[in-house]
Amino acid sequence: MTLPDASGHYDVFGGKYVPEALYAALDQLEREFTSALADPSFMDELHRLQRDYAGRPSPITEARRLSEQAGNARILLKREDLNHTGSHKINNVLGQALLTKRMGKTRVIAETGAGQHGVATATAAALLGLECRVYMGKVDTDRQSVNVARMKLLGAEVIAVEAGSATLKDAMNEAMRDWVASVDDTHYLIGTVAGPHPFPLMVKEFQRVISTEARGQILDTYGELPYAVAACVGGGSNAMGMFADFIDDPEVHLFGFEAGGDGVETQRHAASIGGGSIGVLHGTRTYILQDEDGQTVESHSISAGLDYPGVGPEHSFLASRGRAVYEPVTDAEAMDAFRLLTQTEGIMPAIESAHGVAGALRLGRRLAETDPDLRPLICVCLSGRGDKDIDTALTWFGIDGLPNDTVGGVK
Amino acid sequence: MSVPDHAGKSGKAFQKAKEEGRGALIGYLPVGYPDVPTSYAAMAALCGDGDNPGVDLVEIGLPYSDPMMDGPVIQRAGTSALARGVHTRDVFGAIEAIAATGTPAVAMTYWNLVDRYGVQRFARDFANAGGCGLITPDLTPDEAGEWIAASDEHDLDRIFLVAPSSSDERLKATAEASRGWIYATAIMGVTGTREQSSSLAPVLVERLRALAPDRLVGVGLGVSNGDQAADVVSYADGAIVGSAFVRTLLDAEDAGRPGDFSALRRVVADLADGVRRTPRS
Repeated sequence: MTLPDASGHYDVFGGKYVPEALYAALDQLEREFTSALADPSFMDELHRLQRDYAGRPSPITEARRLSEQAGNARILLKREDLNHTGSHKINNVLGQALLTKRMGKTRVIAETGAGQHGVATATAAALLGLECRVYMGKVDTDRQSVNVARMKLLGAEVIAVEAGSATLKDAMNEAMRDWVASVDDTHYLIGTVAGPHPFPLMVKEFQRVISTEARGQILDTYGELPYAVAACVGGGSNAMGMFADFIDDPEVHLFGFEAGGDGVETQRHAASIGGGSIGVLHGTRTYILQDEDGQTVESHSISAGLDYPGVGPEHSFLASRGRAVYEPVTDAEAMDAFRLLTQTEGIMPAIESAHGVAGALRLGRRLAETDPDLRPLICVCLSGRGDKDIDTALTWFGIDGLPNDTVGGVK
Repeated sequence: MSVPDHAGKSGKAFQKAKEEGRGALIGYLPVGYPDVPTSYAAMAALCGDGDNPGVDLVEIGLPYSDPMMDGPVIQRAGTSALARGVHTRDVFGAIEAIAATGTPAVAMTYWNLVDRYGVQRFARDFANAGGCGLITPDLTPDEAGEWIAASDEHDLDRIFLVAPSSSDERLKATAEASRGWIYATAIMGVTGTREQSSSLAPVLVERLRALAPDRLVGVGLGVSNGDQAADVVSYADGAIVGSAFVRTLLDAEDAGRPGDFSALRRVVADLADGVRRTPRS
């Protein structure tokens, strides 16, 4: 059976838990999305923008010096950090922005955590002449001020959300409220594979290009499929893009690395699959972080982009079937990987992506013990670049922004 | 007057108002704001007393961490209630407090709270407490299989929402899946008072009447005073008011008198007058 089913369910996960007012818009979106995928002129335009504007295909870099720390594994990086705007988010945004035009709508709204999706949305809006408003939790506008500035420079309006816990989930609530009132001329450009049907399916299809390219590139260069593909998982869009074309290759292991924060046992984490339970949040049934009453519990992660108390429903499905394995990576492990990748390869990852790198290192070391004869290829989706995280990294490592020494001055 | 089966329990409040030749008034307050006992007292105050008529049906709101259909007023009350430790089970005490006034009650709840409690278990406990049914802003009949079964078993009303954007097909299907009455959202938007009456609501109610002529319809979102309520009941069976009541409780707390319901009673009186103003055919 093809999933999701006609009403957007992945077995018990997914669906549409939304106000009736949004049904018409979701139905329209599903119709337009389905017809656009089958429309060569739409797909040609999307591929043209992916190539000439976003810079696709993104390369695969074999991380040789990093791999020295990964047991017998060879770690390959799928370089989504090299895309225009610096992350995989542009893939989805270009697709949905073109759909917005196709639907005759003139305005897009978006939620953003780290600001990557907001920046990508503001970028596509500028390119296609759409009005753009981005909702961002007040906590996040404070810790990601560079991205706020980027969005404003791109002509978008940025609204800080103080309600609730003032983070990504609250930004999503506010965007939904806007959408209920503005649905006639506005498309809600959701940035991840969560939310009501058809968003999980649509965002997956627009992110699928990651694994379509990676699968071909790895086969061309190495003559074999990878042992595993891996990615960080917040809402899970880069991971779903990385998994999509490998799901039907049973020999390829799929690994998602959730934000373990201070450790899942401390309750201060964002690992919805590893430390949550099944519930309904933001229009979909999936694993979420909730208390005994079903109130959403605040998530914690050093990475703003992973700091979300839910996960895309298809990830919950893949986890329940054992097709993909999800493990938590703590803040400390992610920051170690951040430094290691930066100093062994000269690639500074987004802290989100550093979770995926940390997980791949752990997997490589583990396989060296359990299968010492294996020389596994592990392909990690390097979902974004780390420029936005420099302040966080300086604070974490206790480095100041001052030079090591001063020379040449005459006293 | 005979009451059709699909009018359920809460529909009787509408029927009673109809018999009096007027529209019904449905009033919303969240449980747990400003605290659980005071919220019970506020809900009782909604119901009027002696010669002062109150609401015909109380809509008990369950505070939720992610209330995507609510505007700032109800959000603020709900967030405070949660911070002060309200629990889902406190809704049962609210039903009993309201029942003591002789007024029936329904609850308005985002679906995850019921899902987490257990749909069957919630339906059983809610029915045992004397509640009439649930208004479910983020659960439409499409995802309501378990709730439809549980509400049938425990004889509870299912009040689904319809919106100006609903297709004819969906209006019809929603009406068929409903029991009690249908909640028509007057505008495309979230809860909160609006200065102007909605031009979309009369059209929506007319469409619904044509497709499901025997159903009861309440109109909510943006209704805040007697004039607006009078306007609403000129074409619908009931007017639903929330934020205007909640506002009085927020103001009372801000003024340092959280148990002072005098402003609440004034708003109730104005609205109760409004639904009695237009003679109904």
